[in-house]
Amino acid sequence: MKVTIDNITLEVEPGTTIMQAARMIGPEIAPPAMCYYEPLKGTGGKCRGCLVKVTAGSEKDPRPMPKLVPSCITTVQEGMIVENTINEQVLETRKGIVEFLLLNHPLDCPVCDQAGECHLQDFSFEHGVSSTRTVEDRNTFEPVDLGPYIKLNMNRCILCYRCVYAADQLTEGRVHGVMNRGDHAEISTYIEKAIDNDFSGNVIDVCPVGALTDRTYRFKSRVWFSKPEDAHCDCDKCSGNVTLWYRGDEVIRVTGRKNEWGEVKEFICNTCRFERKKTSDWVIEGPTKIARHSVISANKYGANLINPSFPIKQAALAYKPIDDDRDRSFLPARKSLPSSEKK
Amino acid sequence: MKILTEHIEVPGIETIDVYRKHGGYQAVEKALKKMTPDEVTEEVKKSGLRGRGGAGFPVGMKWSFLAKPEGVPRYLVCNADESEPGTFKDHYLMWKSPHTLIEGMIVSSFALGANTSYIYVRGELMYVIHILEKAIQEAYDKGLLGKNILGSGYDLDLFVQSGGGAYICGEETALLESLEGKRGNPRNKPPFPAVKGLWQCPTVVNNVESIAATSWIVNNGGDAYAQIGVGRSTGTKLISASGHIRKPGVYEIPLGITVEDFIYSDEWCGGIRDGHKLKAVVAGGSSVPILPAEMILTTATGEKRLMTYESLSDGGFATGTMLGSGGFIVMDETTCIVHNTLTFARFYHHESCGQCSPCREGTGWMDKVIKRIELGQGRKEDIDLLVDVAKKIEGNTICPLGDAAAWPVSAAIRHFRDEFEWHIEHPELATQPGAVYMRPGASWSN
Repeated sequence: MKVTIDNITLEVEPGTTIMQAARMIGPEIAPPAMCYYEPLKGTGGKCRGCLVKVTAGSEKDPRPMPKLVPSCITTVQEGMIVENTINEQVLETRKGIVEFLLLNHPLDCPVCDQAGECHLQDFSFEHGVSSTRTVEDRNTFEPVDLGPYIKLNMNRCILCYRCVYAADQLTEGRVHGVMNRGDHAEISTYIEKAIDNDFSGNVIDVCPVGALTDRTYRFKSRVWFSKPEDAHCDCDKCSGNVTLWYRGDEVIRVTGRKNEWGEVKEFICNTCRFERKKTSDWVIEGPTKIARHSVISANKYGANLINPSFPIKQAALAYKPIDDDRDRSFLPARKSLPSSEKK
Repeated sequence: MKILTEHIEVPGIETIDVYRKHGGYQAVEKALKKMTPDEVTEEVKKSGLRGRGGAGFPVGMKWSFLAKPEGVPRYLVCNADESEPGTFKDHYLMWKSPHTLIEGMIVSSFALGANTSYIYVRGELMYVIHILEKAIQEAYDKGLLGKNILGSGYDLDLFVQSGGGAYICGEETALLESLEGKRGNPRNKPPFPAVKGLWQCPTVVNNVESIAATSWIVNNGGDAYAQIGVGRSTGTKLISASGHIRKPGVYEIPLGITVEDFIYSDEWCGGIRDGHKLKAVVAGGSSVPILPAEMILTTATGEKRLMTYESLSDGGFATGTMLGSGGFIVMDETTCIVHNTLTFARFYHHESCGQCSPCREGTGWMDKVIKRIELGQGRKEDIDLLVDVAKKIEGNTICPLGDAAAWPVSAAIRHFRDEFEWHIEHPELATQPGAVYMRPGASWSN
């Protein structure tokens, strides 16, 4: 089946979606996917980030489709012509989608464990604008612990439903779901029940944002300071193929192996993810190839990093304690003065 | 000319005996004994009956799209989840004359070859559900439902399902999800319900009024139905008239009367309430664009606007609106359009299912911005912001709720921009209780 995406024609199998076809061409052409997750059946069509323009439906019926279509769930037809990155309307809509997704997002990247491998960061970096038009209060939720391993930060959630599908398809008996409607909809276990089964940890991997994070990794390190290594072990529950995240000699986190689209093909069990945190538990295969997602790849966000024009020592010299007559008797006594004052 | 409401005021019409005395269930006998399913479908096609739920899609055409694979059950689902603000016609029909719907359900199910059918009623109408269930039991007792109906060999089981009170479950795929016992989230289309509907089987979802009209069509023929009305808008339509009129209520009108007639004649609404004059009309339920008085009475080309699908949408959204579900809301000059728009925006904010991002976030955003304007905290750029947000929602969502939320806002700004500007420029006046903007030269009375 022939399909043309952004003037590039390629041959694909019948039943391929536009998204899959675009991914075959490459990351420059592939539409962003916030809710679509190829290994999970039924995902997609919700975030509307991947909307594309179909300028010719098929060879038989070359009329353009009246609305933008979600590329992740639309299958290609023979002779279909799709415009993604070259269509003004598509890019304009995508800008709007970013704006909508960030409308109630706390933008707390500096304290978010997902920062650096967050799809929403990528999406807004590539398609968003740097200013905001909203002055409204954001909807807020309290963070919740879903058992000993998973932290739910509902403020950051974009309601992609990936974790719902993951729990449906990987575990027996899903205990969490979406409650309420509209912008007050939330992921919840109803009465803050713990999610407790062998494969529950995978909801952390499928979450595109920092809504579901690993409590054993909480605030341990920024993603880009840790070094990923592929490793495997002999596990009786799962394939045992994982990525270990090192800081120095210490394994600070274990995740599934993500492909270049940030998708885990082989889901891992909770024992591998949360318990095996020693190098001796694993057979190391070598450094992980880091794909396009995340800041740790290719310095994406900092191609033109500006170094400070003065060395750090000079900055330290310029340090002065605040000089006023406030009462500081409650502070512990200073052991030694900063070097600048010693002089 | 009355088709659905001809006997609706007869005492005891909700019982099967009285209903049969007034010609009830003749269509079932005619269809099941003398006609084939295809002949019934053909009559409905000939009648030109269009879906009465809002979109106006031809019913016969919808039926002919139904996939009919061997060995797979087919379903007919009646959408009685009527929750559009301003629309209350189905409620009236089911409450007064439940057998009209049940008769239509039997005939339509027969035409589609469905052996199990459902009526999905909005949860708030619990007493209507009780009325329907009583009527269904009567029909079972008389052999009009169940196995081998009237000896024809056709079986049909009819169930009533109550909704949980969500507007979104009036969207056909969300309704099917809800009927399956899941969260009422609309599905992505394609596949359409005609191919994969209830429990992944071919399904037709029709509005109460559309289904009820089929029994008359079977009795009198599709051609007779097509003679009522104008052009492609055939038959009669129930209109729920509300607002500042003398006689609010549900009226069955032959499509094709003029809007002016409908508002001012004593047969229908009876004119605007004493001492006031028409300001604006929402012609088809809250989700269709609002139109100011001069545009609702005449089209852009100067012709009188008719109560038909085509005439109301004449001129596109620039100068036209839609017939929608027939929720005819009339407003006189004491109505503040900003406040009215806020009411609609708040409704859609509350009812968005939260599945796709433009609708989930956009409806809330519009609600908050309009609320600020209404409370006198608007900024100049807010009006253009609202237009832009509405534009970003429209057409980019999974289901039509996004469009339905965007249209009333963009239409209110399109036609009443000065009113929004007045709210922003004169917050001290606009926030007075009952304050309404008057256009220069306008006056309060006739």
